[in-house]
Amino acid sequence: MTSGSNAVVEAHGLRKSYKPDITALDGLSFSVAAGSVFALLGPNGAGKTTTVRILTTLSRPDEGSASVAGINVLSQPGLVRSSIGSVSQHSGAMGLLTGHENLTIQGRLYGMRGARLRRRVSDLLDQFGLAEAAKRQARTYSGGMRRRLDIATVLVHRPAVLFLDEPTTGLDPEGRAALWAVLTGLAKAGTTILVTTHYLEEADQYATRIAIVDQGRIVAEGTADELKAGLRGDSVLLEFADSVSAEQFERAVAGIPQVRRATADGNVVRARVPDGPRTLPAVLAAVELAGVPVRSVSVTRPSLDDVYLHHAGHSFGQAERITVS
Amino acid sequence: MSTNDIVESAVGTAEHSGTWPGHGDPAQRTAGTGLAGRPNPGRQVWVILTGRYLRELYRVPVVIFMTLIQPIIWLLLFGALFKRVVEIPGFGAGNYITYLTPGVVIMTAMFSASWTGMAYIEDMRTGVMDRFLTAPVGRGVLTTAALAYQGLTTVLQSTIIIAIGWGIGATFPGGAAGIAALIGVSVLIAVAMAGVSNWFALLTRQREALIGASTTLVLPLTFLSGAFLSLRLVPGWIADVARYNPVNWAASAARLAVEAHPAWATVGAYSGFLALAVVVTAAAATRAFGAYQRSM
Repeated sequence: MTSGSNAVVEAHGLRKSYKPDITALDGLSFSVAAGSVFALLGPNGAGKTTTVRILTTLSRPDEGSASVAGINVLSQPGLVRSSIGSVSQHSGAMGLLTGHENLTIQGRLYGMRGARLRRRVSDLLDQFGLAEAAKRQARTYSGGMRRRLDIATVLVHRPAVLFLDEPTTGLDPEGRAALWAVLTGLAKAGTTILVTTHYLEEADQYATRIAIVDQGRIVAEGTADELKAGLRGDSVLLEFADSVSAEQFERAVAGIPQVRRATADGNVVRARVPDGPRTLPAVLAAVELAGVPVRSVSVTRPSLDDVYLHHAGHSFGQAERITVS
Repeated sequence: MSTNDIVESAVGTAEHSGTWPGHGDPAQRTAGTGLAGRPNPGRQVWVILTGRYLRELYRVPVVIFMTLIQPIIWLLLFGALFKRVVEIPGFGAGNYITYLTPGVVIMTAMFSASWTGMAYIEDMRTGVMDRFLTAPVGRGVLTTAALAYQGLTTVLQSTIIIAIGWGIGATFPGGAAGIAALIGVSVLIAVAMAGVSNWFALLTRQREALIGASTTLVLPLTFLSGAFLSLRLVPGWIADVARYNPVNWAASAARLAVEAHPAWATVGAYSGFLALAVVVTAAAATRAFGAYQRSM
């Protein structure tokens, strides 16, 4: 397949289902520009991992096509493997071997050897703060060290494209920030990075572009700002003393046409209005009139959560709960 | 390490390597790593992966000890239990320990090899398998590495069992050549079994399934052979089944090889069959990677 102008990763109409009739991917398409950090954002079970497994040659789609670094993933998996580094959700480190051994073996799998490999391994151990632990077995590493080892390992052969599946899961906030700093640095240096996450804030803060995945499809794609701008308007969040249904709320504010898309969760109602600060007094007056006391109110610029709610038809947290239960 | 450190590290990564790979041209990129833009030729890669297994064995030496306890028990227990079985007319051997030792060597080789797939299952659980499968390494290389490791450890294991057997009274009239052939046959049956084990591990991906298969397969196959008892003394149907049982090929070849005047033609024929079994099971194990990936 021909790659677009500067697309390094391309997926076209990927479909995959697992027996018995579980649809993991339902016509998923996207493309990633060179040197960018592209986030596939979605709840567990949305199809993110399956997508990464297909792009890293671990799995094959039932339908569709994909290319990485201009190479067809389905017809030339061997070539693709030389160009990518992939960190899966599981560590991938060989626990009984030392950090140094893990990196060395990885390099040799990619045909590196001798002084150049030794230099590369010791450079990476230094850069990832693992030089002191280099001679220790990886199973003795802390969670954060292990993640750093994972990333250092897949960088040994200087891959052009890096795939990371939920890399920050299980890390503390500081560890997350540190990991994102590494990824951003790599992207600046020209590495194309595709990362999956179910943390909205991460995608919002660090990704160049975001694709929202829901039930095996991309439901929205763009920069965080584009996605938010696409919503137009602000989010109003009202907390009532008692639980309120969306219908009750909509009846109360029926006289204010600007109020759209009210959703209720217990005694909290969310709604969208074009201009929050200006519309709010009317909204408050209307609900006050309806006799439902308001306990607190807030107006926020659209968040990625709102974007998700808008495109997936349910809030991010809800999707998460559904898939977990 | 602090956030700042790692930020600097990342930038350092970029600065340090002035030849940070470009991203548009695969040829230009791979030139930096010494890759010719094609999957690694497997010639030396399997050695690296076999080395990894050996290193792990060295780190957990208790595994060696554990695999030796069982054969020692078999030798001592069966040796004592069936000491007088050689007195039955027609058994055809003068000393049961001498008869038993090659059988225990073969059985132990089989038993150990039947656990080979455990390493795969552990690698699947920890993500190591995915890392190997996304590297430009042929699936045949992964099979070769695992089977070579099993072959090497079988050499060590068989040598120790032969030494123990010798210590408790077994004789090897065929001398060094016979012992070498015995070890060689044990390696063949071990590698064939390792292929089956890896094949099964890739298809089932479950520790419990492999344990079940190993325990239900190895003992019956051993008892349906001449490993413990001369086939001249067993019921006819067992002797018939044994004819098609690779374990019996191995046990027979092993016992013949250490005799004073070995029937090398027969040993060679059995070894040929075993070599064929190695090829078939290794191919099946390699093909099973496809099934493993399709199922994920």
